Amino acid sequence: MDSRAKRVARIAGLFTACGFVLYGALRGEVSVVLNKAVNLCFECIGLG
Amino acid sequence: MKHALKRKLIQIVAFGYSNPYLMNFKGGKLYQGKWKQFCNPGLNCYSCPAASLACPIGALQSVNGSKNFTVSFYVTGLLLAFGVLFGRAVCGWLCPFGLVQELIHRIPTPKFKLKKVFLYVKYVVLVVFAFVLPIAVTDYMGMGKPAFCQYICPAGTLEGGVPLLLANGALRQTVGSLFTLKMAILIVTVIGCVLVYRFFCKTLCPLGAIYGLLNKISIYGLKVDGHKCIGCGKCRQICRMEVDPVKSPDSAECIRCGECAKACPEGAICVGFAATGQKSERQPS
Ligand code: SF4
Ligand code: SF4
Repeated sequence: MDSRAKRVARIAGLFTACGFVLYGALRGEVSVVLNKAVNLCFECIGLG
Repeated sequence: MKHALKRKLIQIVAFGYSNPYLMNFKGGKLYQGKWKQFCNPGLNCYSCPAASLACPIGALQSVNGSKNFTVSFYVTGLLLAFGVLFGRAVCGWLCPFGLVQELIHRIPTPKFKLKKVFLYVKYVVLVVFAFVLPIAVTDYMGMGKPAFCQYICPAGTLEGGVPLLLANGALRQTVGSLFTLKMAILIVTVIGCVLVYRFFCKTLCPLGAIYGLLNKISIYGLKVDGHKCIGCGKCRQICRMEVDPVKSPDSAECIRCGECAKACPEGAICVGFAATGQKSERQPS
């Protein structure tokens, strides 16, 4: 990949990332993540 | 400061901010504050009593498998941002489980290299266990299980399962065949890491697979100056991720540890944010 293509891909990647994070946060995904992370995950520890 | 020491210190700091709540080990509790809505850039189980942040792979599966959403834009966006900024430098510098594996590998035994075919297993793990199973296999409520956490993740067993079971007698009563499977995977992983440098990163880690793909465009990069390189091969010999940085500076296996740059007698390799945006060409011989 040449340096120009890399630059374009980086800018596109960062804009897409910001868009995804915002969209995900606005539709309520953050609370799903928080809820999972603060409660014991039985699958993670091998009991679920 | 010596490069290796600097990297180790940064890894220790990253381990520390990922796991500051050490007192929780005693009561077998989890930290339940707001920081857990954010994802750690590296792999660190959120069921570890000391963990301060959410594990990105656990979070990805839990939103993918949730009742209301099919794919997580929030976690995918965070992973894309980490990957475009750092690529697998996250693995080399920030991942707590990467540090654990490096420490295990110090146990003095004969060391081995892996066959290349094993490096592709992590992509299968990413697609099947982080996406296909949590989305496709659902219960009567439409909820999927985090299949990577449930059937594979040795970090979860080591950081969450073992300490919580030690601290909590009631949990110990519920141990079954799944825990036996996960303990077996943990033991294989530990033996693998003793014998092979970062065995889990190379073969199984879905997060390493994502960042590896983004190494092609990441801002933190590796560049070889083709005019300085004399083709001595010292960089290839020193690389414990079995990368030839001259041939493939953007290899998905390169964790940007910088050991090759240090070993190069001509100073032809540059690793960092400065090593970005320029084409890497080999010196014509
Ligand atoms: S491959 Fe996975 S476990 Fe290894 S350092 Fe990267 S994120 Fe961490
Ligand atoms: S190519 Fe260099 S920076 Fe990449 S993993 Fe190997 S030694 Fe580290």
